[in-house]
Amino acid sequence: MSPRAAARLEQLDFTEVHEYSAGKLDWMAAGLATEGENAARPRAGTVARTDVPICGVDDRLGDVRERTQAAGWDVAVVTNASRVVVGMLRAQELAGDADVLVERAMRPGPSTFRPYVPIKEMADYMSEHKLDSSPITTSDGSLAGVLFRADAVREAEGCPDCVRKMI
Amino acid sequence: MAAAIDRDRLRELVARGAQLVEVLPGEEFREDHLPGAANIPLQDLDRDSAARLDPQRAVIVYCWDAA
Repeated sequence: MSPRAAARLEQLDFTEVHEYSAGKLDWMAAGLATEGENAARPRAGTVARTDVPICGVDDRLGDVRERTQAAGWDVAVVTNASRVVVGMLRAQELAGDADVLVERAMRPGPSTFRPYVPIKEMADYMSEHKLDSSPITTSDGSLAGVLFRADAVREAEGCPDCVRKMI
Repeated sequence: MAAAIDRDRLRELVARGAQLVEVLPGEEFREDHLPGAANIPLQDLDRDSAARLDPQRAVIVYCWDAA
């Protein structure tokens, strides 16, 4: 659609026309602010907790477990140096052999969701698929936070008109 | 021919005064749009509606994605 709009503007004598081809989806997936009716409504990115413990694949599981529990969490996200999500350690994985490296213990390739997804849709999806928590990532795969189902459900109850499907 | 730009370039151009135009239908614009964008749906884009824009300044058009 935007290439046609750009072509039309050039026909209308606009001399410097640019096309942001990745569009609104790219902007929102990066977690950037928008304006409009939905801007103030809760979304995955605004409800997600951002202080989640992170670790690398070469960390020792016992060290990560200790750090995670000390912070009051029962989940840790495995990332690379750029915070790109490569795995998850939920309670079951965290309870494993302390001397194993995270790479051997983690659940690789967790499903991730974008920050712009309306919280009602996240709550419904997580309930339907029995997901207790999900990483929220930007379009380049970087961790924005972890959304807990309980938080999503609670927020969704206060936002009954957050209904646009985006997943 | 219009130049395709990425997010970083968009921010640079907007900081220098470029005009942002979302060409999606009004309903979708009202829900979410980039900060400061105007809405001229593609179906309504003609000489009259384009008169809202300054032809002396750069214009950036966008929709949902590259599809």
